[in-house]
Amino acid sequence: MAAPIAKFRIIVGALALLWVAVSSPPIAAQQPTSVDPTASAVSEQQLLQKFKTIQGRGSIPDTKSYTIEQPAGRDWRHFHEVTLRWIGAVAILGILAVLVIFYLWRGMVRIESGRSGHTIVRFNAVERFVHWMTATCFIILALSGLNITFGRALLLPLMSPEAFTTWSEWAKYAHNYLSFPFTLGVILIFFMWVAGNIPNRVDVEWFKRRGGMVGHDRPPAYRFNGGQKLIYWIVVLGGSAIAVSGYLLMFPFYGTDIQTMQNAEIAHGIIAMLFIAAMLGHIYIGTIGMEGAFEAMGTGTVDVNWAKEHHNLWLEEVRAGSQRHLAQQPAATPGE
Amino acid sequence: MARMKFLCDADRCIECNACVTACKNENEVPWGINRRRVVTINDGQPGERSVSMACMHCTDAPCQAVCPVNAFYTTADGVVLHSKDICIGCGYCFYACPFGAPQYPRVGNFGSRGKMDKCTYCAGGPEPDGSMAEYEKYGANRLAEGKLPLCAEMCSTKSLLAGDGEIIAQIYKERVAKRGYGSGAWGWNTAYRETITS
Repeated sequence: MAAPIAKFRIIVGALALLWVAVSSPPIAAQQPTSVDPTASAVSEQQLLQKFKTIQGRGSIPDTKSYTIEQPAGRDWRHFHEVTLRWIGAVAILGILAVLVIFYLWRGMVRIESGRSGHTIVRFNAVERFVHWMTATCFIILALSGLNITFGRALLLPLMSPEAFTTWSEWAKYAHNYLSFPFTLGVILIFFMWVAGNIPNRVDVEWFKRRGGMVGHDRPPAYRFNGGQKLIYWIVVLGGSAIAVSGYLLMFPFYGTDIQTMQNAEIAHGIIAMLFIAAMLGHIYIGTIGMEGAFEAMGTGTVDVNWAKEHHNLWLEEVRAGSQRHLAQQPAATPGE
Repeated sequence: MARMKFLCDADRCIECNACVTACKNENEVPWGINRRRVVTINDGQPGERSVSMACMHCTDAPCQAVCPVNAFYTTADGVVLHSKDICIGCGYCFYACPFGAPQYPRVGNFGSRGKMDKCTYCAGGPEPDGSMAEYEKYGANRLAEGKLPLCAEMCSTKSLLAGDGEIIAQIYKERVAKRGYGSGAWGWNTAYRETITS
């Protein structure tokens, strides 16, 4: 009995196999004659056109390394090498040229009525300390910053590469660490002098009469005239922008990618060059540009005639204030 | 003189990362620094490609151009090298580099990144060829011994090619002609301002 059943099973099995073979589609016929695995492959040119950078997945902890190509580095290079140098050269040499020409033409703005010999306090010790702290930091920051942009072209040929590296490394550390007192100074300046630096109608008049820099006109002004308010807001706004962009650079890749770092450097560089140019103007008018001006930040007192000519409204305020003060004095001490 | 270049044939790269390991070992690269890495694009999707990337030793190298202290130099073989004695670790080369090649030993707040490190094409640095000082700062100088960079030399699929630009371009062209496809020499247009067309 066993043999016929076994034979039957073989026949059924063979038929089933034949059926499967016949009914299944012809696989070999579907295979293409040649393979092009790049048909669906990513292409460098397409990716660059689409994304500007090419990124993928890497296997090391440094996620920055997953970007394999960012040709925008070349644009940043052009900015750093060409654009920023032009901006810096034009802004700084331009303002210096203007100041030299102006000085030769106008000379020092004198106290027209001469010195009275009487002085009045303009900036107290705290104000002067904050000013000079910020100013000292600014000068060192400016020189060490300019070294990064112009040092290789202007200083390196004058010294050995090792000496230039030593100087640049110290300059870099000075630049990084002095940013803190500088930023503190900008914040203090903002709060210290903001009350006197809100633009008003007197400033419009002051600017219309060109601040009395030309001719013998002496437009009225409170404690800060239009030009000083301009300097104030340049320091406050420019100083804030330069601090923010600078700290982004100082803490690299903390929540920033390479584009942000490049843009921070671009902003930092442009603002710095314009800031330096503006401060050269500020230094000029505070020193050789105007008689009696430096004392305000030097000793803290100014000649009364200087105050009368340049800040008449402020002088009146101060006098009115001190008269009130004097008037209150006896009342305050009735027992005497 | 030869003009040394790298070429990664992405159609052959199998993302084995042997080039990365070879580089780290041959040059005793400090912990945390990768001079070469393999990046996979469109990972797990049809058409994914892996590319081994390091310093491409660019023509008119951006790092060299932006360096504030002129730490870089290009050798007669077209290899872009730098001096760690001159570098101040400012990080500008990383912003300029199209390939993310410059690496720094430390995280780098307050400008304390340390001296920059990058692929030397296994050609050391400014110190005398094969000296201990050179090895400690930059790693091996295989080029001075007549050998090519180890990453490319030991690539198991010969995806990563190193050598004279014209010769490796020719090898790549022949491959593309024979197999009938090629996704191009990645980075060549950015680094050398040229593409390989077969």
